[in-house]
Order: sequence, then C-alpha cells, then structure tokens
Amino acid sequence: MPTSNAGLISKAAAVYAKDFRLELRSRYSLNAILMFAVTTLAVVSFSLGQSGLSPKLLSALFWIVLFFSAMSGLAHVFIREEETGTALILRLKADPDAVYLGKLLINFSLLSVMTVVITPIFFIFTDAGGQYVLPFVPILILGVVGLCSATTLVAAIIARASMKTALFAALSFPILMPLLLALVSASEKALGGQGLSACWSELQALVAYAVVMITGSLMLFKFVWQE
Amino acid sequence: MIWKLLIFILMTAVIVLSFTTPAPQQAIGEASRIMYYHVPMAWISVLAFAMSMVYSIQYLRGRQLSYDERALDAARLGFVFCVLAAISGSVFARVAWGSFWNWDPRETSIFVLLLIYGAYFALRGAVEEEDRRAALTAVYSIFAFLTVPFLVFVMPRIMPSLHPADSVVDATISITMGPTVGLILLASLVLFTSLFLWVFYIAVRIRRLQRSDLKKED
Repeated sequence: MPTSNAGLISKAAAVYAKDFRLELRSRYSLNAILMFAVTTLAVVSFSLGQSGLSPKLLSALFWIVLFFSAMSGLAHVFIREEETGTALILRLKADPDAVYLGKLLINFSLLSVMTVVITPIFFIFTDAGGQYVLPFVPILILGVVGLCSATTLVAAIIARASMKTALFAALSFPILMPLLLALVSASEKALGGQGLSACWSELQALVAYAVVMITGSLMLFKFVWQE
Repeated sequence: MIWKLLIFILMTAVIVLSFTTPAPQQAIGEASRIMYYHVPMAWISVLAFAMSMVYSIQYLRGRQLSYDERALDAARLGFVFCVLAAISGSVFARVAWGSFWNWDPRETSIFVLLLIYGAYFALRGAVEEEDRRAALTAVYSIFAFLTVPFLVFVMPRIMPSLHPADSVVDATISITMGPTVGLILLASLVLFTSLFLWVFYIAVRIRRLQRSDLKKED
C-alpha cells in the first residue's frame, strides 16, 4: 500500500476537495438537505401560524428541523462511495484518519450551508425576534459541529450495512440525545432573551460533546473503514 | 456451588426484608420500596453496557469472535434489565411524581440506553458477514458508550431533576437514608449484580459448548 509523505492535513484536504467537487457537480446531498429543511419548516410554520410561539416551542421546532434534515442528508458522503464503487480504491490508497477528517469537513460544510439558509427563513416564518439572532449564533455553530462530529462515524458504519437510511436515524438518535438536549435548552434561553451568559453550562457541555465525539470517531474510524 | 446457595439465601433475605422493614420514604409510603429493585436494575443496565463495550474493545484488538459473542450476550442481558428499570421507574414516577414519564434527566438516560440497545440489535441484524458485523457493532458499542458520561453526569447538572439522588451529592447516600435502608439497598445491588454475572457466565458456557459441538462435527 503506497503511502505518500504528504501530511495528514493535505491528505484530508484532498478527500474534502474531491467530495466538494462532486457535490458541486450534482448538488445531490445539498439539494436533499435543503429541500427537506425548507419543507419541514414550511409545514410546521404553516400548521402553527403566527400565534406568538413560546421560546421553548421555537427552540424545539428549530432543532427538530435541523436534526431530521441532517438525518436525510449526512449519510450520503459514505453511501455514495459504496454505491459508485470508489470505496475500495479509497480504502487502498488513503490514510483512514485523513478520510475521516475530509468526510467530517464535507459534512460540516453541508450542514453549515443548510443552517445559513434555514436560520433566516426560520426567523422570518416564526417571527422569533431578530434581536436574538446574535446570541443564537454560537449555539448554532456548536450545534452544527456537534451534529456532524457524531454522525460522520455512524454514516461510515451504516454505509457497510443494509437498510442504510433507516438505520442511520436509528443509530444516530441515541448518540445525539445529549447534544439535542443541551441545544434545545440553550436555544430556549437565547430565544427567550436571557442572553448567552445564562446558557454557560450548556455551552460547556456542547464543546465537551464535540471534542469527545471527534476524538472517539478518530480513534474508531479505522476499524470501520478497513476490511 | 456454594456461591449459588449463598446468592439464593441472601436474595431471599433481601426480598423479605425489602417488604418487612419500614418503607424508605415515608412521604410516598409503601411504593418507595420499588427503589430496592429499580436502582439495581438501572445500575446493571449500565454495567452490562460497559461490559459489552469492554468485550467490543477486546474484539477489535484480537479479532476473536468469542469476544464478539460475549459482547452480544452482555447486551442481551443488559437489555432485559434496562426494560425492567424503565418500567419500574415509570411505575414509581406515577406514584411519586404524578405521571408515568416526565423526561427527567435520569428517565431520559434510561430511555436513551434502551434506544442504544435497540440500535445495537438493529445493526447486528443488518450486517450479514460475521467479521464485518462484529467489527461494526463493536465500534458502535464503544462510540455509544461515550455518551453515557454525558447522560449520567452532565445532564442532571443542566436540567432540573426529579430524582432524589441528584439533589444530594451521591456520597451522602448514608445520610439521606437510614442505615437499614442503605444496607438493604446495597445488599440488593450486590446480589442482583451477582445474579446478572451468574446468568452471563451461563451464557458464556453455552457458547463454549456450542463451539466444542461444532468442532466435534468437523
């Protein structure tokens, strides 16, 4: 197995660039995620109307939309490799850590694009209050990081199993629970006007979660990836 | 043999005592006796999952299928105890706090543990080849276990909790309850754990017999 002397970062960047280019050509995952998110948000907003939704409800709705959109789109990075048959070559040529980091970054990019599109639409549809956007942003960023850190490894696992998409949601949800709990709790406070200082313990939990998940995934990925 | 006898006698004693001694929490009355059974069940579900994780780690290092089988057996038993913990907890919640399910942090963690077990079995069913199945489920088991510290330690600090132990630091378990209660609880914990390990040991022996049967057929 030829291994180049390029560093980990440049190898990961190469994996990322390949996926980015593929995504740019077909925009398959991006479309799936965006359409799912917009549709869910529209249905929810339409059903509830403008009747002064409480911060608790707003926060829950937002993260439900984000969670299910992530479930619909984040497994593609690995499933596509398996389906198009390129997985074998990648397995032979690339360093598992580099593959993981590249896939993590592409998932992060996908989720970030979706969040950037969805958040303004969310604030417009629900009239949540534009003054709360600023304290909401750090929670958003940590939430996106947390989501992709936990789901990338699970996506790699299910890509090699049958019933992939259903299994992805079933496997990811228990692992994402602590993240979702902290996110909903923190967002409720931010959207309720209490500011970031009230969410301090949740923010700490979110950072810890992301660190633990990424570290764990890095250590476990090669067992999933290699035959 | 002596251990089995000892477990039987002590278990009988504990069960009798759990019903004959005064109820642990007078405010709730007789229903607080559930605590003697609910706490061990919950503890064993986490213990079983931890065991499954350890066997998973050993499988990933040595690639011996016997470790994978043990991880599965531990998970199966743990699942049973997890269901029992959830049901006993739910009954207690109805009597003590008014409704069957409140999404209190500990209730949430037992529910998540249930889901993790379910997901583990779903993953096992979805992969055909033995080696790949063992490797994938081992990785999932280890990865899922990383969330347990968050659920057990971090969540009760973030969200308001109904469980009595969370409002008092765990070290003071002998202060918040009378010594008899603490003793019976501890005995129940130890004995149920022994029961779990005994059943697990039987499962390991069954596997060994099955394997030697297969060898004889060759």
